[in-house]
Amino acid sequence: MSGAFVPVERLRDTIADSRLQSAIYTATGRLIEKRASAVSPEVLPDYQDLREQAHRVKRHTLENLDYYLEQLEANATAHGGHVVWCNNGEEVADFILGLAKQRGASLIVKSKSMTTEEIDLNERLEHHHLDAIETDLGEYILQLAHERPYHIVAPALHKTRHEVADLFADRLGVQHDVVIENQTLTARRVLREKFLAAGIGITGANFLVADSGAVVIVENEGNARLTSSAPPIHIAIAGIEKLIPRAQDLAVFLKLLGRSATGQPLTVYTSFLSGPRRPGEVDGPGEFHLVLLDNGRTKLLADAAKRESLFCIRCGACLNHCPVYRKIGGHNYPGTYSGPIGAIITPQYRGVMAHPWLPFASTLCGACAEVCPVKIDIPRLLLDLRSEVVRERSGVERVAFRAFAWLATHPRAYTLVTAMAARLAPRGENGWLRRLPFFARFGALEKWLSQRDIPLPARRSFRKYWRARAKGGPAA
Amino acid sequence: MTRGQVAVFVTCVVDQLFPQVGIAMVEVLGRLGYSVHFRERQTCCGQPAFNSGYRDEARRLARYFLDVFRDAEFIVIPSGSCTSMVTHHFAELLPADPTVPEVASRTWEFSRFLLEVARVEDVGARYEGSVTYHDSCHALRELSIHDGPRRLLANVRGLELREMDATTECCGFGGTFSVKFPDVSGAMARTKIDSILRTKAHTVVSADCSCLMQLQGAMRRAGVGMRTMHLAEVLASR
Amino acid sequence: MSREAILERVRTALGRKPGDVPTGPPPVYLSQTGRTTEQRIAAFTVALESLAGRAVRCSSPAVARATVNAMIAGKHAIASLSSYLHELQIAAEVPDAAVYREACAAADVGITSADYALADTGTLVLFSDAEESRLVSLLPPRHIAVVPVSRLIDSLDDLLGRVPLPADATSSMVFITGPSRTADIEQILVRGVHGPGDVTVVLVDD
Repeated sequence: MSGAFVPVERLRDTIADSRLQSAIYTATGRLIEKRASAVSPEVLPDYQDLREQAHRVKRHTLENLDYYLEQLEANATAHGGHVVWCNNGEEVADFILGLAKQRGASLIVKSKSMTTEEIDLNERLEHHHLDAIETDLGEYILQLAHERPYHIVAPALHKTRHEVADLFADRLGVQHDVVIENQTLTARRVLREKFLAAGIGITGANFLVADSGAVVIVENEGNARLTSSAPPIHIAIAGIEKLIPRAQDLAVFLKLLGRSATGQPLTVYTSFLSGPRRPGEVDGPGEFHLVLLDNGRTKLLADAAKRESLFCIRCGACLNHCPVYRKIGGHNYPGTYSGPIGAIITPQYRGVMAHPWLPFASTLCGACAEVCPVKIDIPRLLLDLRSEVVRERSGVERVAFRAFAWLATHPRAYTLVTAMAARLAPRGENGWLRRLPFFARFGALEKWLSQRDIPLPARRSFRKYWRARAKGGPAA
Repeated sequence: MTRGQVAVFVTCVVDQLFPQVGIAMVEVLGRLGYSVHFRERQTCCGQPAFNSGYRDEARRLARYFLDVFRDAEFIVIPSGSCTSMVTHHFAELLPADPTVPEVASRTWEFSRFLLEVARVEDVGARYEGSVTYHDSCHALRELSIHDGPRRLLANVRGLELREMDATTECCGFGGTFSVKFPDVSGAMARTKIDSILRTKAHTVVSADCSCLMQLQGAMRRAGVGMRTMHLAEVLASR
Repeated sequence: MSREAILERVRTALGRKPGDVPTGPPPVYLSQTGRTTEQRIAAFTVALESLAGRAVRCSSPAVARATVNAMIAGKHAIASLSSYLHELQIAAEVPDAAVYREACAAADVGITSADYALADTGTLVLFSDAEESRLVSLLPPRHIAVVPVSRLIDSLDDLLGRVPLPADATSSMVFITGPSRTADIEQILVRGVHGPGDVTVVLVDD
């Protein structure tokens, strides 16, 4: 039964934690409202056209990815940058460790990047005694707490000011202060020193622009700008799927990204970086390395039906609108990516049987597909993954569905069996039951009853009513 | 003189658990001048099997459905999710079968049938009371059903419609999701119920019995004494 | 090696051969707005002020000089190498190249011009070049940008229409839209996290 591997205890704990439930629901609720205001027909009348354009541009780019990767590399190199191709996280770490050693760099500053989370970059570097300090406030807090991000855009969604005060007092030796502004100033002060002392700055990239050999980084704090401008070396790490063909395509993508993520027409800072500082420029890194990461993306690329999973621009809108995510939060999803996008890509990266329950953790309500800026048809992909799971595994459930399919294609047997069930059903209250007799307390029935009352079969089914009516008997 | 022949597909949930919804729908259609027929061979559209990943079993049920309703003039269904199974997903199961688009084009969700085929917004119904309307997900997102039921309810004499703040949030049923992830499903239902209670309405109405089953079951468990009704039942009220 | 392996996997996944040229991407999608200068100034002001930035309009360079000098009176302010600022004769020190970083880190106020300003979103567009550095608009807690009205255009679409290949001009093109901010802790908004918490744009009629 594909339900057998559900992490029931953990889900139950999360749901029972009312403070956490409130935090998740409120934070996502706010982001839902902000997005809605920013894409309303009054404010952005061509929103649906923009989505369609973004979808098409992404499809075209990914269907010709080799061409655009080579164009990106040629342009980045022409502007003085160095392009590094990495099959996996190990190669990325090896490259950085090698470079750090050669340049004598021991301190690294880092801005938020889900891609680096995906490859556990910080752990790999730490293992070799290289400090990579997170500089995004939420990520910095998580780094001190040794925790994983809770949400693509709001990583420390689950932390309270008291927890942050405790953390800072304990790990930074500062006075215990629950005022959020002061906590932010503390982080600013501590991290400012790091920015200015670091030998290497590592960022991710929201987009890779093929015709410019450039990376585009969006943010609100300023730490990505500092990370890419203060240290003498800048390394940008990005999955190969982040490509867009032209700088001019940013008009569409930037418009969709900010609005879908946080309701902002533009984030506070957008950096368009195409290499190390040029002769004559006053400041900026002397070296720029662009790391292109595969780490399984070519596997997803190969599946034409599910290729659109790679269109994702990591806005987080699907998470915010998902009624399941809003109950179970980010930590209950395995892998780096949570929410609906995580539910479709993690099974593809790790194989469906790694977490067979994951594609089923959805009511297929479609809220995600409705808000996805690049029109990924997440419910369809979940259904595809579900059929892959059941193909791998035969069990009681398959037998049940097969039996039902037989019954439902043999109407006389169907009518007989259902009439019998109606007759044998216990009496309830107004047609509903709270508890079943002991011999019926199993499987799906028990699971249903754990949460709500169950309706009993009607004394007279519709088909029985119709039979009677057709024979001229009393109606209704 | 009849306006047309309607073959109702009542759905297995209505047939076995909530027959009064089927009866109400038949009544409304009859009053509008349609000849209504229940083809007794009907059973299930195959949605539970399809959503659970069992494509072969779902395909079998789809073929059966197509056979049962082969030459029907209108097929009317009191459920958005079963309707979208026929109109949106049968094609995925049987891409080369020409009867699929043919039957699909004659398949209608109940409220859309009233508005777009019968072209009525006022069915002469009366229901005294305050009502809040829950948008079921497949109806909303796959069939674009949102304003239609509200227009129908607006014409019910004595009925006061109060919108809840979370009208378009999923009730948590999701077919087998409700028993594979019961804790999450229950929590989703309770969030929905909180929103419903804030309207202080007297009745919850929806156009899909699975949602109503989920909400009613959860409300009963929580000791909430609200009524749930299918849109058809409200429209049949006099 | 990894390069060849990755490209090989990509090509196999897509059924493409080396050298296959794609049949064009979908045409570029850029919107037009078409505002008058006055409308642009108004839109820019509304947008920037809704983000707690400040927009000030000065009717001439002389007024701009006086305005900016008043803003920085008594504060440790530095100016970029912008020739436009130089013409305006803003009373702020231009740091020496050798100590540029330290100067930026120590200053209270950083003054720059801008290559463009975007009316739709209240955005400054800064190209890093011989006149404008990256750090002067980033390290000091307060940023003042003095921009001639002629550089105020409608939107990002407009900018990309005029500058289709920013990489030809600079290694760093940055869009600045209001003060630095975060809501990472309990979703409470705080300004001035890493970048300047105080942003003023002085638009100068020219």
